[in-house]
Amino acid sequence: MNDLISLFDYLFFRNAVIATILTGILAAMTGTYIVSRKIVFISGGITHASFGGIGMAYYLGLNPFLGAATFSILSALGVEWISNKAKIREDSAIAILWSFGMAIGIIFVFLTPGYTPNLMSFLFGSILSVGTADLWMVAALAAVTALFMTVFYRPVVYSAFDPEFSKTMGVRVNFYRYAMSILIACSIVISIRTMGIILVLSLFTIPQSTAMLFTKEFHKIIFLSIIFGIAGSLLGLFSSYAMNIPSGASIIFGLTALYFFFKAVVVIWRFVQKQ
Amino acid sequence: MNKLLVSVRAVTAGYNVADPVLRDVSLDIFGNDFIGVIGPNGGGKTTLIKIILRIIQPFKGEVAFPSGKITTGYLPQASQIDRNFPITVQDVVFAGIKPKNRWLPTLSKHQKEHAKELLSNAGLADYVRRPIGELSGGQLQRVLLCRALTGNPDLLILDEPSTYVDKNFENDLYEWLKKLNSRMAIVLVSHDIGTIASMVKSIACVNSTLHYHESGEITDELLAIYNCPIDLVAHGTIPHRVLGRHGNVT
Repeated sequence: MNDLISLFDYLFFRNAVIATILTGILAAMTGTYIVSRKIVFISGGITHASFGGIGMAYYLGLNPFLGAATFSILSALGVEWISNKAKIREDSAIAILWSFGMAIGIIFVFLTPGYTPNLMSFLFGSILSVGTADLWMVAALAAVTALFMTVFYRPVVYSAFDPEFSKTMGVRVNFYRYAMSILIACSIVISIRTMGIILVLSLFTIPQSTAMLFTKEFHKIIFLSIIFGIAGSLLGLFSSYAMNIPSGASIIFGLTALYFFFKAVVVIWRFVQKQ
Repeated sequence: MNKLLVSVRAVTAGYNVADPVLRDVSLDIFGNDFIGVIGPNGGGKTTLIKIILRIIQPFKGEVAFPSGKITTGYLPQASQIDRNFPITVQDVVFAGIKPKNRWLPTLSKHQKEHAKELLSNAGLADYVRRPIGELSGGQLQRVLLCRALTGNPDLLILDEPSTYVDKNFENDLYEWLKKLNSRMAIVLVSHDIGTIASMVKSIACVNSTLHYHESGEITDELLAIYNCPIDLVAHGTIPHRVLGRHGNVT
Protein backbone atom coordinates (compact mmCIF):
# COMPACT_ATOMS: atom_id res chain seq x y z
CA MET A 1 0.00 0.00 0.00
CA ASN A 2 2.82 2.39 0.93
CA ASP A 3 4.31 1.42 -2.36
CA LEU A 4 1.23 2.72 -4.13
CA ILE A 5 1.16 5.99 -2.20
CA SER A 6 4.82 6.68 -2.84
CA LEU A 7 4.05 6.28 -6.54
CA PHE A 8 2.35 9.66 -6.39
CA ASP A 9 5.72 11.25 -5.64
CA TYR A 10 6.55 10.74 -9.29
CA LEU A 11 5.30 13.41 -11.69
CA PHE A 12 4.82 10.90 -14.51
CA PHE A 13 2.49 8.84 -12.33
CA ARG A 14 0.46 11.84 -11.15
CA ASN A 15 0.13 12.87 -14.79
CA ALA A 16 -0.97 9.36 -15.72
CA VAL A 17 -3.68 9.39 -13.05
CA ILE A 18 -4.94 12.83 -14.09
CA ALA A 19 -4.88 11.78 -17.76
CA THR A 20 -6.89 8.67 -16.90
CA ILE A 21 -9.53 10.70 -15.09
CA LEU A 22 -9.81 13.34 -17.82
CA THR A 23 -9.99 10.86 -20.71
CA GLY A 24 -12.51 8.88 -18.66
CA ILE A 25 -14.79 11.93 -18.52
CA LEU A 26 -14.26 12.78 -22.19
CA ALA A 27 -14.84 9.23 -23.43
CA ALA A 28 -17.97 8.89 -21.27
CA MET A 29 -19.59 11.84 -23.06
CA THR A 30 -18.75 11.12 -26.69
CA GLY A 31 -18.86 7.35 -26.10
CA THR A 32 -22.49 7.52 -24.95
CA TYR A 33 -23.34 9.27 -28.21
CA ILE A 34 -21.39 6.62 -30.18
CA VAL A 35 -23.10 3.72 -28.44
CA SER A 36 -26.59 5.26 -28.62
CA ARG A 37 -26.32 6.00 -32.33
CA LYS A 38 -24.78 2.55 -32.91
CA ILE A 39 -21.76 4.01 -34.71
CA VAL A 40 -19.10 1.95 -32.91
CA PHE A 41 -17.92 0.50 -36.21
CA ILE A 42 -17.69 3.98 -37.75
CA SER A 43 -15.63 5.11 -34.78
CA GLY A 44 -13.34 2.12 -35.31
CA GLY A 45 -12.83 3.25 -38.89
CA ILE A 46 -12.02 6.81 -37.79
CA THR A 47 -9.56 5.53 -35.20
CA HIS A 48 -7.62 3.36 -37.63
CA ALA A 49 -7.73 5.92 -40.43
CA SER A 50 -5.89 8.32 -38.12
CA PHE A 51 -2.83 6.06 -38.39
CA GLY A 52 -2.46 7.30 -41.96
CA GLY A 53 -2.07 10.82 -40.55
CA ILE A 54 0.50 9.65 -38.04
CA GLY A 55 2.58 7.98 -40.77
CA MET A 56 2.42 10.99 -43.05
CA ALA A 57 3.35 13.39 -40.25
CA TYR A 58 6.38 11.23 -39.42
CA TYR A 59 7.50 11.27 -43.01
CA LEU A 60 7.10 15.04 -43.28
CA GLY A 61 8.63 15.65 -39.85
CA LEU A 62 5.47 17.17 -38.38
CA ASN A 63 3.72 16.57 -35.07
CA PRO A 64 2.18 13.08 -35.44
CA PHE A 65 -0.87 14.00 -33.38
CA LEU A 66 -1.64 16.87 -35.67
CA GLY A 67 -1.56 14.40 -38.55
CA ALA A 68 -3.79 11.97 -36.69
CA ALA A 69 -6.28 14.71 -35.82
CA THR A 70 -6.47 15.92 -39.43
CA PHE A 71 -7.04 12.42 -40.78
CA SER A 72 -9.63 11.45 -38.21
CA ILE A 73 -11.64 14.67 -38.47
CA LEU A 74 -11.68 14.41 -42.27
CA SER A 75 -12.71 10.76 -42.19
CA ALA A 76 -15.38 11.42 -39.53
CA LEU A 77 -16.90 14.17 -41.66
CA GLY A 78 -16.59 11.94 -44.73
CA VAL A 79 -18.43 9.07 -43.07
CA GLU A 80 -21.17 11.37 -41.76
CA TRP A 81 -21.55 12.71 -45.29
CA ILE A 82 -21.73 9.21 -46.76
CA SER A 83 -24.36 8.14 -44.22
CA ASN A 84 -26.55 11.03 -45.39
CA LYS A 85 -26.41 9.66 -48.93
CA ALA A 86 -28.39 6.46 -48.67
CA LYS A 87 -27.12 4.99 -51.92
CA ILE A 88 -23.59 4.02 -50.86
CA ARG A 89 -23.06 0.94 -48.72
CA GLU A 90 -21.87 2.53 -45.53
CA ASP A 91 -20.26 -0.51 -43.94
CA SER A 92 -18.13 -1.20 -47.01
CA ALA A 93 -17.06 2.44 -47.16
CA ILE A 94 -15.98 2.27 -43.52
CA ALA A 95 -14.00 -0.93 -44.08
CA ILE A 96 -12.16 0.74 -46.97
CA LEU A 97 -11.42 3.81 -44.87
CA TRP A 98 -10.26 1.61 -41.99
CA SER A 99 -7.73 -0.42 -43.96
CA PHE A 100 -6.70 2.34 -46.37
CA GLY A 101 -5.77 4.63 -43.49
CA MET A 102 -3.67 1.89 -41.90
CA ALA A 103 -2.03 1.18 -45.26
CA ILE A 104 -1.05 4.83 -45.76
CA GLY A 105 0.40 4.88 -42.26
CA ILE A 106 2.45 1.74 -42.78
CA ILE A 107 3.80 2.92 -46.16
CA PHE A 108 4.92 6.30 -44.86
CA VAL A 109 6.43 4.89 -41.70
CA PHE A 110 8.36 2.46 -43.91
CA LEU A 111 9.52 5.27 -46.21
CA THR A 112 10.69 7.41 -43.30
CA PRO A 113 14.46 7.06 -43.01
CA GLY A 114 15.75 5.65 -39.75
CA TYR A 115 13.94 3.95 -36.92
CA THR A 116 10.62 5.30 -35.59
CA PRO A 117 10.80 4.57 -31.89
CA ASN A 118 7.35 5.78 -30.89
CA LEU A 119 5.38 3.62 -33.29
CA MET A 120 4.50 1.08 -30.63
CA SER A 121 3.20 3.82 -28.37
CA PHE A 122 0.74 4.89 -31.07
CA LEU A 123 -0.54 1.36 -31.49
CA PHE A 124 -0.75 0.51 -27.79
CA GLY A 125 -0.62 3.87 -26.02
CA SER A 126 1.85 5.17 -23.48
CA ILE A 127 0.05 6.63 -20.54
CA LEU A 128 3.22 6.90 -18.47
CA SER A 129 4.78 9.40 -20.90
CA VAL A 130 1.88 11.87 -20.82
CA GLY A 131 3.17 15.42 -20.31
CA THR A 132 1.58 18.49 -18.76
CA ALA A 133 0.78 19.97 -22.20
CA ASP A 134 -1.13 16.80 -23.07
CA LEU A 135 -3.16 17.13 -19.89
CA TRP A 136 -4.17 20.68 -20.77
CA MET A 137 -5.26 19.52 -24.20
CA VAL A 138 -7.48 16.75 -22.80
CA ALA A 139 -8.89 19.12 -20.18
CA ALA A 140 -9.71 21.74 -22.81
CA LEU A 141 -11.42 19.24 -25.11
CA ALA A 142 -13.38 17.73 -22.22
CA ALA A 143 -14.55 21.22 -21.22
CA VAL A 144 -15.62 22.11 -24.77
CA THR A 145 -17.44 18.79 -25.18
CA ALA A 146 -19.20 19.11 -21.81
CA LEU A 147 -20.30 22.66 -22.60
CA PHE A 148 -21.58 21.75 -26.07
CA MET A 149 -23.43 18.64 -24.93
CA THR A 150 -24.98 20.44 -21.95
CA VAL A 151 -26.21 23.54 -23.76
CA PHE A 152 -27.36 21.64 -26.86
CA TYR A 153 -28.35 18.44 -25.07
CA ARG A 154 -31.83 18.25 -26.60
CA PRO A 155 -30.99 18.93 -30.25
CA VAL A 156 -27.93 16.65 -30.03
CA VAL A 157 -29.98 13.74 -28.66
CA TYR A 158 -32.94 14.37 -30.98
CA SER A 159 -30.74 14.65 -34.08
CA ALA A 160 -29.31 11.25 -33.18
CA PHE A 161 -32.63 9.63 -32.23
CA ASP A 162 -34.91 10.73 -35.06
CA PRO A 163 -33.21 13.11 -37.52
CA GLU A 164 -36.16 13.38 -39.92
CA PHE A 165 -38.64 14.37 -37.24
CA SER A 166 -36.12 16.84 -35.84
CA LYS A 167 -35.77 18.40 -39.29
CA THR A 168 -39.52 19.00 -39.39
CA MET A 169 -39.16 20.81 -36.04
CA GLY A 170 -36.56 23.16 -37.52
CA VAL A 171 -33.59 21.57 -35.71
CA ARG A 172 -30.35 22.05 -37.66
CA VAL A 173 -29.74 18.30 -37.71
CA ASN A 174 -26.72 18.38 -40.00
CA PHE A 175 -24.96 20.98 -37.87
CA TYR A 176 -25.32 18.88 -34.71
CA ARG A 177 -24.35 15.63 -36.41
CA TYR A 178 -21.24 17.14 -38.00
CA ALA A 179 -20.32 18.93 -34.77
CA MET A 180 -20.57 15.67 -32.85
CA SER A 181 -18.48 13.92 -35.53
CA ILE A 182 -15.71 16.45 -34.99
CA LEU A 183 -15.88 16.08 -31.20
CA ILE A 184 -15.78 12.29 -31.56
CA ALA A 185 -12.78 12.44 -33.89
CA CYS A 186 -10.91 14.80 -31.55
CA SER A 187 -11.67 12.78 -28.43
CA ILE A 188 -10.55 9.56 -30.10
CA VAL A 189 -7.26 11.09 -31.25
CA ILE A 190 -6.53 12.57 -27.84
CA SER A 191 -7.29 9.25 -26.17
CA ILE A 192 -4.93 7.43 -28.56
CA ARG A 193 -2.18 9.11 -26.54
CA THR A 194 -3.09 7.05 -23.49
CA MET A 195 -4.74 3.95 -24.94
CA GLY A 196 -3.29 3.47 -28.42
CA ILE A 197 -5.09 2.97 -31.72
CA ILE A 198 -5.85 -0.68 -31.21
CA LEU A 199 -7.31 -0.40 -27.72
CA VAL A 200 -8.84 3.08 -27.59
CA LEU A 201 -12.39 2.20 -28.58
CA SER A 202 -12.89 0.13 -25.44
CA LEU A 203 -12.83 3.36 -23.42
CA PHE A 204 -15.78 4.62 -25.48
CA THR A 205 -17.90 1.48 -25.26
CA ILE A 206 -17.23 -0.71 -22.19
CA PRO A 207 -18.16 1.88 -19.48
CA GLN A 208 -21.35 2.64 -21.44
CA SER A 209 -22.27 -1.04 -21.57
CA THR A 210 -21.79 -1.24 -17.80
CA ALA A 211 -23.88 1.91 -17.31
CA MET A 212 -26.68 0.52 -19.47
CA LEU A 213 -27.06 -2.36 -17.03
CA PHE A 214 -28.58 0.24 -14.69
CA THR A 215 -30.22 2.92 -16.84
CA LYS A 216 -31.65 3.62 -20.29
CA GLU A 217 -31.46 7.40 -20.12
CA PHE A 218 -28.87 9.25 -22.20
CA HIS A 219 -27.61 11.70 -19.56
CA LYS A 220 -27.57 9.08 -16.80
CA ILE A 221 -25.51 6.79 -19.02
CA ILE A 222 -22.96 9.62 -19.32
CA PHE A 223 -22.70 10.09 -15.54
CA LEU A 224 -22.44 6.38 -14.78
CA SER A 225 -19.92 5.94 -17.61
CA ILE A 226 -17.73 8.61 -16.04
CA ILE A 227 -17.70 6.65 -12.77
CA PHE A 228 -17.20 3.23 -14.35
CA GLY A 229 -14.67 4.57 -16.86
CA ILE A 230 -12.49 6.23 -14.23
CA ALA A 231 -12.81 3.36 -11.74
CA GLY A 232 -11.97 0.72 -14.33
CA SER A 233 -9.09 2.71 -15.78
CA LEU A 234 -7.50 3.42 -12.40
CA LEU A 235 -7.91 -0.24 -11.47
CA GLY A 236 -6.06 -1.09 -14.67
CA LEU A 237 -3.39 1.55 -14.15
CA PHE A 238 -2.51 0.34 -10.64
CA SER A 239 -2.48 -3.31 -11.66
CA SER A 240 -0.28 -2.38 -14.59
CA TYR A 241 2.24 -1.07 -12.09
CA ALA A 242 1.77 -3.90 -9.61
CA MET A 243 2.09 -6.69 -12.19
CA ASN A 244 4.41 -4.88 -14.58
CA ILE A 245 2.19 -5.27 -17.66
CA PRO A 246 1.37 -2.75 -20.42
CA SER A 247 -1.08 -0.13 -19.11
CA GLY A 248 -3.41 0.00 -22.14
CA ALA A 249 -4.15 -3.70 -21.95
CA SER A 250 -4.56 -3.71 -18.18
CA ILE A 251 -6.98 -0.74 -18.36
CA ILE A 252 -9.20 -2.70 -20.74
CA PHE A 253 -8.94 -5.59 -18.34
CA GLY A 254 -10.10 -3.30 -15.52
CA LEU A 255 -13.03 -1.92 -17.53
CA THR A 256 -14.16 -5.38 -18.59
CA ALA A 257 -13.77 -6.76 -15.06
CA LEU A 258 -16.11 -4.02 -13.79
CA TYR A 259 -18.63 -4.89 -16.51
CA PHE A 260 -18.73 -8.58 -15.62
CA PHE A 261 -18.78 -7.83 -11.90
CA PHE A 262 -21.87 -5.61 -12.20
CA LYS A 263 -23.46 -7.92 -14.74
CA ALA A 264 -23.17 -10.71 -12.17
CA VAL A 265 -24.54 -8.42 -9.43
CA VAL A 266 -27.57 -7.55 -11.58
CA VAL A 267 -28.23 -11.18 -12.53
CA ILE A 268 -27.98 -12.36 -8.90
CA TRP A 269 -30.14 -9.44 -7.70
CA ARG A 270 -32.89 -10.33 -10.21
CA PHE A 271 -32.66 -13.98 -9.19
CA VAL A 272 -32.99 -13.12 -5.49
CA GLN A 273 -35.98 -10.86 -6.20
CA LYS A 274 -37.77 -13.64 -8.06
CA GLN A 275 -37.46 -16.04 -5.12
CA MET B 1 -60.07 27.59 -40.64
CA ASN B 2 -60.44 26.57 -44.25
CA LYS B 3 -57.27 28.28 -45.43
CA LEU B 4 -55.00 26.80 -48.03
CA LEU B 5 -52.14 25.54 -45.86
CA VAL B 6 -49.89 23.74 -48.31
CA SER B 7 -49.73 23.81 -52.05
CA VAL B 8 -47.60 21.19 -53.77
CA ARG B 9 -47.11 22.39 -57.33
CA ALA B 10 -45.93 20.13 -60.16
CA VAL B 11 -43.34 18.43 -58.00
CA THR B 12 -40.94 15.83 -59.32
CA ALA B 13 -38.94 14.22 -56.54
CA GLY B 14 -37.13 11.10 -55.34
CA TYR B 15 -33.66 9.87 -54.57
CA ASN B 16 -32.29 9.69 -58.08
CA VAL B 17 -32.77 12.47 -60.64
CA ALA B 18 -32.75 10.00 -63.53
CA ASP B 19 -35.51 7.90 -61.97
CA PRO B 20 -37.74 10.04 -59.74
CA VAL B 21 -40.30 8.42 -57.45
CA LEU B 22 -42.88 11.18 -57.97
CA ARG B 23 -43.53 12.81 -61.34
CA ASP B 24 -45.34 16.11 -61.76
CA VAL B 25 -47.43 15.79 -58.61
CA SER B 26 -49.76 18.55 -57.38
CA LEU B 27 -51.82 18.64 -54.21
CA ASP B 28 -53.54 21.35 -52.16
CA ILE B 29 -54.13 20.85 -48.45
CA PHE B 30 -56.74 23.02 -46.72
CA GLY B 31 -57.19 23.71 -43.01
CA ASN B 32 -59.96 21.20 -42.40
CA ASP B 33 -58.92 18.50 -44.86
CA PHE B 34 -58.69 14.84 -43.96
CA ILE B 35 -56.83 13.26 -46.84
CA GLY B 36 -56.17 9.55 -47.10
CA VAL B 37 -53.07 8.78 -49.14
CA ILE B 38 -53.12 5.32 -50.69
CA GLY B 39 -51.02 3.56 -53.29
CA PRO B 40 -48.69 0.59 -53.79
CA ASN B 41 -45.41 0.13 -51.94
CA GLY B 42 -42.69 2.14 -53.64
CA GLY B 43 -45.32 4.31 -55.31
CA GLY B 44 -44.13 7.44 -53.50
CA LYS B 45 -46.52 7.86 -50.54
CA THR B 46 -43.71 8.47 -48.06
CA THR B 47 -41.77 10.60 -50.55
CA LEU B 48 -44.85 12.80 -50.98
CA ILE B 49 -45.17 13.50 -47.26
CA LYS B 50 -41.42 14.09 -46.92
CA ILE B 51 -41.78 16.71 -49.64
CA ILE B 52 -44.66 18.35 -47.77
CA LEU B 53 -42.63 18.28 -44.54
CA ARG B 54 -39.58 19.65 -46.40
CA ILE B 55 -37.41 16.77 -45.20
CA ILE B 56 -36.37 16.31 -48.83
CA GLN B 57 -36.29 18.92 -51.59
CA PRO B 58 -37.98 18.38 -54.96
CA PHE B 59 -35.99 18.14 -58.22
CA LYS B 60 -38.64 20.20 -59.99
CA GLY B 61 -41.69 22.15 -58.87
CA GLU B 62 -42.25 23.77 -55.50
CA VAL B 63 -44.00 23.48 -52.17
CA ALA B 64 -45.71 26.70 -51.13
CA PHE B 65 -47.36 27.78 -47.88
CA PRO B 66 -49.89 30.40 -49.05
CA SER B 67 -51.20 31.29 -45.57
CA GLY B 68 -47.76 31.72 -44.08
CA LYS B 69 -45.62 29.48 -41.93
CA ILE B 70 -47.45 26.48 -40.57
CA THR B 71 -46.72 24.10 -37.71
CA THR B 72 -46.63 20.45 -38.67
CA GLY B 73 -46.94 17.34 -36.56
CA TYR B 74 -45.30 14.28 -38.07
CA LEU B 75 -45.76 10.66 -37.11
CA PRO B 76 -43.13 8.64 -39.01
CA GLN B 77 -43.30 4.94 -39.79
CA ALA B 78 -42.59 2.88 -36.70
CA SER B 79 -39.72 1.13 -38.49
CA GLN B 80 -37.87 4.44 -38.57
CA ILE B 81 -37.67 4.52 -34.77
CA ASP B 82 -34.73 2.82 -33.04
CA ARG B 83 -36.41 1.28 -30.03
CA ASN B 84 -33.09 0.54 -28.33
CA PHE B 85 -32.14 4.21 -28.21
CA PRO B 86 -31.68 5.28 -24.58
CA ILE B 87 -34.48 7.83 -24.32
CA THR B 88 -37.56 8.06 -22.09
CA VAL B 89 -41.16 8.47 -23.17
CA GLN B 90 -41.37 12.07 -21.94
CA ASP B 91 -38.14 13.05 -23.67
CA VAL B 92 -39.49 11.68 -26.96
CA VAL B 93 -42.62 13.80 -26.59
CA PHE B 94 -40.59 16.89 -25.61
CA ALA B 95 -38.93 16.63 -29.03
CA GLY B 96 -42.20 17.88 -30.49
CA ILE B 97 -41.86 21.23 -28.70
CA LYS B 98 -40.07 24.12 -30.34
CA PRO B 99 -37.77 25.82 -27.81
CA LYS B 100 -38.13 29.58 -27.75
CA ASN B 101 -34.40 30.24 -27.97
CA ARG B 102 -32.30 28.42 -30.54
CA TRP B 103 -29.05 29.05 -28.71
CA LEU B 104 -30.34 27.97 -25.32
CA PRO B 105 -32.82 25.27 -26.27
CA THR B 106 -34.50 24.64 -22.92
CA LEU B 107 -38.22 24.14 -22.39
CA SER B 108 -40.57 26.04 -20.13
CA LYS B 109 -42.42 24.32 -17.29
CA HIS B 110 -45.70 25.10 -19.02
CA GLN B 111 -44.58 23.37 -22.23
CA LYS B 112 -43.52 20.28 -20.30
CA GLU B 113 -46.81 20.15 -18.39
CA HIS B 114 -48.74 20.31 -21.66
CA ALA B 115 -46.75 17.38 -23.05
CA LYS B 116 -47.32 15.31 -19.91
CA GLU B 117 -51.03 16.08 -19.99
CA LEU B 118 -51.21 14.73 -23.55
CA LEU B 119 -49.47 11.56 -22.39
CA SER B 120 -51.91 10.98 -19.57
CA ASN B 121 -54.85 11.62 -21.90
CA ALA B 122 -53.37 8.90 -24.09
CA GLY B 123 -53.37 6.54 -21.12
CA LEU B 124 -49.60 6.65 -20.71
CA ALA B 125 -49.34 8.44 -17.35
CA ASP B 126 -47.51 5.47 -15.80
CA TYR B 127 -44.95 5.32 -18.61
CA VAL B 128 -43.71 8.92 -18.61
CA ARG B 129 -40.25 8.06 -17.27
CA ARG B 130 -39.90 4.63 -18.87
CA PRO B 131 -37.42 3.99 -21.70
CA ILE B 132 -39.20 3.53 -25.04
CA GLY B 133 -37.73 0.03 -25.35
CA GLU B 134 -40.21 -1.19 -22.74
CA LEU B 135 -43.31 -0.16 -24.70
CA SER B 136 -45.60 -2.28 -26.86
CA GLY B 137 -46.13 -1.35 -30.51
CA GLY B 138 -49.43 0.39 -29.77
CA GLN B 139 -47.98 2.31 -26.83
CA LEU B 140 -45.06 3.52 -28.95
CA GLN B 141 -47.46 4.75 -31.63
CA ARG B 142 -49.39 6.68 -28.98
CA VAL B 143 -46.15 8.25 -27.76
CA LEU B 144 -45.25 9.26 -31.32
CA LEU B 145 -48.73 10.70 -31.81
CA CYS B 146 -48.34 12.74 -28.60
CA ARG B 147 -44.98 13.98 -29.90
CA ALA B 148 -46.65 15.05 -33.15
CA LEU B 149 -49.41 16.85 -31.22
CA THR B 150 -47.43 18.73 -28.51
CA GLY B 151 -46.65 21.61 -30.84
CA ASN B 152 -50.41 22.17 -31.56
CA PRO B 153 -49.92 21.61 -35.29
CA ASP B 154 -52.01 23.08 -38.10
CA LEU B 155 -51.30 19.99 -40.15
CA LEU B 156 -50.89 16.45 -38.81
CA ILE B 157 -49.19 13.94 -41.08
CA LEU B 158 -49.25 10.24 -40.22
CA ASP B 159 -47.28 7.58 -42.10
CA GLU B 160 -48.81 4.12 -41.64
CA PRO B 161 -49.82 4.64 -38.00
CA SER B 162 -51.58 1.29 -37.76
CA THR B 163 -48.65 -1.02 -38.46
CA TYR B 164 -47.50 -3.15 -35.51
CA VAL B 165 -50.59 -2.30 -33.48
CA ASP B 166 -53.60 -4.30 -32.36
CA LYS B 167 -57.14 -3.82 -33.65
CA ASN B 168 -58.35 -2.12 -30.44
CA PHE B 169 -55.73 0.56 -30.64
CA GLU B 170 -56.48 1.09 -34.30
CA ASN B 171 -60.13 1.87 -33.53
CA ASP B 172 -59.12 4.23 -30.70
CA LEU B 173 -56.66 5.94 -33.03
CA TYR B 174 -59.26 6.59 -35.70
CA GLU B 175 -61.73 7.97 -33.16
CA TRP B 176 -58.95 10.23 -31.88
CA LEU B 177 -58.15 11.46 -35.40
CA LYS B 178 -61.80 12.28 -36.13
CA LYS B 179 -61.86 14.56 -33.07
CA LEU B 180 -58.53 16.15 -33.96
CA ASN B 181 -59.76 16.90 -37.47
CA SER B 182 -61.99 19.66 -36.06
CA ARG B 183 -58.82 21.51 -35.05
CA MET B 184 -56.29 20.58 -37.74
CA ALA B 185 -55.82 19.22 -41.23
CA ILE B 186 -54.82 15.55 -41.36
CA VAL B 187 -52.94 13.62 -44.02
CA LEU B 188 -53.05 9.89 -43.34
CA VAL B 189 -50.91 7.44 -45.31
CA SER B 190 -52.25 3.93 -45.08
CA HIS B 191 -52.32 0.60 -46.84
CA ASP B 192 -55.50 -0.26 -44.94
CA ILE B 193 -57.94 1.11 -47.51
CA GLY B 194 -61.05 -0.40 -45.96
CA THR B 195 -60.67 1.47 -42.69
CA ILE B 196 -59.55 4.83 -43.99
CA ALA B 197 -62.26 4.97 -46.65
CA SER B 198 -64.87 5.18 -43.91
CA MET B 199 -63.39 8.25 -42.26
CA VAL B 200 -61.33 10.41 -44.64
CA LYS B 201 -62.93 13.27 -46.57
CA SER B 202 -60.86 12.84 -49.71
CA ILE B 203 -58.39 10.38 -51.16
CA ALA B 204 -55.10 10.84 -52.98
CA CYS B 205 -53.92 7.83 -54.97
CA VAL B 206 -50.16 8.00 -55.31
CA ASN B 207 -48.38 5.75 -57.77
CA SER B 208 -45.61 7.85 -59.25
CA THR B 209 -48.33 10.30 -60.30
CA LEU B 210 -51.17 11.49 -58.09
CA HIS B 211 -54.92 11.26 -58.55
CA TYR B 212 -57.08 13.22 -56.20
CA HIS B 213 -60.65 12.25 -55.33
CA GLU B 214 -62.83 14.93 -53.81
CA SER B 215 -64.74 12.40 -51.76
CA GLY B 216 -63.50 9.59 -49.57
CA GLU B 217 -65.11 7.02 -51.81
CA ILE B 218 -63.28 4.08 -53.18
CA THR B 219 -63.93 1.06 -55.33
CA ASP B 220 -62.27 -2.23 -56.02
CA GLU B 221 -62.36 -1.22 -59.65
CA LEU B 222 -60.52 2.02 -59.02
CA LEU B 223 -57.83 0.17 -57.15
CA ALA B 224 -57.46 -2.59 -59.69
CA ILE B 225 -57.65 -0.68 -62.96
CA TYR B 226 -56.19 2.70 -62.21
CA ASN B 227 -53.19 3.87 -60.37
CA CYS B 228 -53.58 2.15 -57.01
CA PRO B 229 -53.04 -1.53 -57.56
CA ILE B 230 -53.43 -2.71 -53.97
CA ASP B 231 -54.76 -6.06 -52.90
CA LEU B 232 -58.03 -5.49 -51.15
CA VAL B 233 -58.87 -8.47 -48.99
CA ALA B 234 -61.86 -8.32 -46.67
CA HIS B 235 -64.24 -10.63 -44.92
CA GLY B 236 -67.89 -9.66 -45.20
CA THR B 237 -68.76 -6.12 -46.19
CA ILE B 238 -66.47 -3.23 -45.58
CA PRO B 239 -67.78 0.30 -45.87
CA HIS B 240 -67.02 1.48 -49.36
CA ARG B 241 -68.40 3.91 -51.85
CA VAL B 242 -68.07 4.23 -55.60
CA LEU B 243 -65.90 6.77 -57.39
CA GLY B 244 -66.05 7.95 -60.95
CA ARG B 245 -63.22 7.18 -63.34
CA HIS B 246 -60.19 9.41 -63.57
CA GLY B 247 -60.77 11.91 -66.34
CA ASN B 248 -57.40 11.39 -67.94
CA VAL B 249 -57.57 7.62 -68.03
CA THR B 250 -59.28 5.90 -70.92
